[in-house]
Amino acid sequence: MDRDGDELILRGRAATTPLAELDGSSGDVITVRGLVKRYGPVEAVRGINLDVHRGEIFGFLGPNGAGKSTTISVLCTLVEATSGRAVVAGCDVDRHPQQVRARIGLVFQDPSLDNQLTARENLFFHALAYGVPRQERPARIRAALEMVGLADRADSQVITFSGGMKRRLEIARGVLHYPEVLFLDEPTIGLDPQTRARVWEHLREVRQRTGTTIFMTTHYMEEAEWCDRIAIIDHGRIVALGTPDQLKDRVGGDVVVVTTGDNVRAATEIEERFGARAIADDGTLRVDVTDGAEFVPKLVKGLDVEVRTVTVRRPSLDDVFLKLTGRAIRDEDVDAGAAMRQMMMRRWQGGRR
Amino acid sequence: MSTVTATRTAEAVALAPAPRPAHVRVSFTQAVYVIWLRDLIRFYRDRARLIGALAQPVLFLVVFGVGLSSALGGGRIFPPGLTYIQFMFPGVVCMTVLMTSIFSAMSIVWDREFGFLREILVAPIERSAVAVGKALGGATQAMVGGVLMLIFAPIVGVRLTVLGVLELIPLLFLFAFTLTALGIAIASRMKSMQGFQVVMNFLMMPMLFLSGALFPLAGLPDWMTVITRFDPVTYAVSPVRTALFSNAGLSPAVLDRIGAEVSIGGYTLPLILDVGIVVAVGATVLGFAIRALQARD
Repeated sequence: MDRDGDELILRGRAATTPLAELDGSSGDVITVRGLVKRYGPVEAVRGINLDVHRGEIFGFLGPNGAGKSTTISVLCTLVEATSGRAVVAGCDVDRHPQQVRARIGLVFQDPSLDNQLTARENLFFHALAYGVPRQERPARIRAALEMVGLADRADSQVITFSGGMKRRLEIARGVLHYPEVLFLDEPTIGLDPQTRARVWEHLREVRQRTGTTIFMTTHYMEEAEWCDRIAIIDHGRIVALGTPDQLKDRVGGDVVVVTTGDNVRAATEIEERFGARAIADDGTLRVDVTDGAEFVPKLVKGLDVEVRTVTVRRPSLDDVFLKLTGRAIRDEDVDAGAAMRQMMMRRWQGGRR
Repeated sequence: MSTVTATRTAEAVALAPAPRPAHVRVSFTQAVYVIWLRDLIRFYRDRARLIGALAQPVLFLVVFGVGLSSALGGGRIFPPGLTYIQFMFPGVVCMTVLMTSIFSAMSIVWDREFGFLREILVAPIERSAVAVGKALGGATQAMVGGVLMLIFAPIVGVRLTVLGVLELIPLLFLFAFTLTALGIAIASRMKSMQGFQVVMNFLMMPMLFLSGALFPLAGLPDWMTVITRFDPVTYAVSPVRTALFSNAGLSPAVLDRIGAEVSIGGYTLPLILDVGIVVAVGATVLGFAIRALQARD
């Protein structure tokens, strides 16, 4: 990703492209400006600005209820934005939803395959609905099934498939009509690690083979690491955007994780004696320092509290999230507001689980 | 589009398939065909559902038909040559169509719950094509169900003629299309299967009972006569019964005595008007169905 050098953290600042140039010719396949979505009194998305480059794997990372699914639904023309603009593959999602639909592929959070039909039939109907030329249909269907390793199950009814197979079939379906962008909403949720790795393998192959831009949401930090660039979203706002390395550099240096006899006292001591902020996280204290190897001996010597364990590691995206929001991404139930928002959205969106 | 393609990385372009044309248009007809064909494949594969849809009409035919024929003393109140079970037979054919249509339309709720509707709704096809395709799919299924019921005609003693059946098929299809469209208009506003029972009890059953499918519409109290004339199914049962019976050699006098043809204020509606009413209702509810499917959050 050669053009990442200019990527900066966007926080409350409008992105650089003026509205007039939102025609998709800038090399950005998705452009979002000031996107807001309200469900009744609840503001699920509160002014998002975003550019996704052509051909990249873009991750949309955040806890449940942060506004990921709402944003992706707006970009896929399933939900109308309250205000703001979004241009996908050169077409405005509000004014030309039909054109957007023809140019994107979708993999939903909940499987949307027809269980009564076979894998091949599901792809056949998709090809028909997206106007894939008749003479190309058989070859494309075969290639798509091969790509996701389902060629031998082409004529089995989908009802006999495992969760991982269904997800792979959905990916095959999503790229069958050669979309410019493939959207995936939590593509690996509920899958075991092995299956998840396989889904990723197929996603990378899709990008390799077709150059399709991949836009995905996830709340798995490990997955976000595999994206070219990620945006971290929290409470309906983007709090950080860049390559995983850029974001990790923001944490700077190393992360020292300690457990002590008295974490509260230790935190105060660390702050007083070393001028570093210690964040409590799941029974441990985390301190961001420039050089971990140098800091640890000083820390052990300098604390009056008993130090039980010390770990030094490179910062992860978890740390980035923790630093930006003051809480870990897995603390989904900590925030009553987010839970409330999510509940309201579910109600508004109807039967989604 | 060419400027856009040019910005792809060299590696991506080398591996990329031929760039898709800028405007792939899926024609209305093709979109309708997709939805219709899918419905029919599912219908064929899920034969249990077909048996389920036929079971209730058969039960009505056997239990009510035989039971009431005996209770009414072999159908003495009907003109000579017509038993109750024969009278109700066209009504039961209509009942099959009614139930198959509504069941098939209800699958839209099922699809919503299992996500498939989303796949269709994000495809670059017109929502109106989704509604029309679905209505045609349901209508085809219901027509097949109705025609299958004709197997019982010889058993209950209704004589079938080629002309009668040929006249019947388009009638059943139109009737089924209208009912499926009605079902879709309701189903696309429903979020879960729980509402289904409500639809069954407060819509399907009254529509069936008030249509003249199960008893003659002649000689009813005035208030009930008025209600039956507001039931769209009335205008479907009447042509179906007339088509079956007149081709089976029943005289117009007999047809008149059993109130086979609907009359309003002494004016007997000709077949074309019955069909016209069914089509008009169908077109109206189809409009509602399209509107419901077009709604975005």
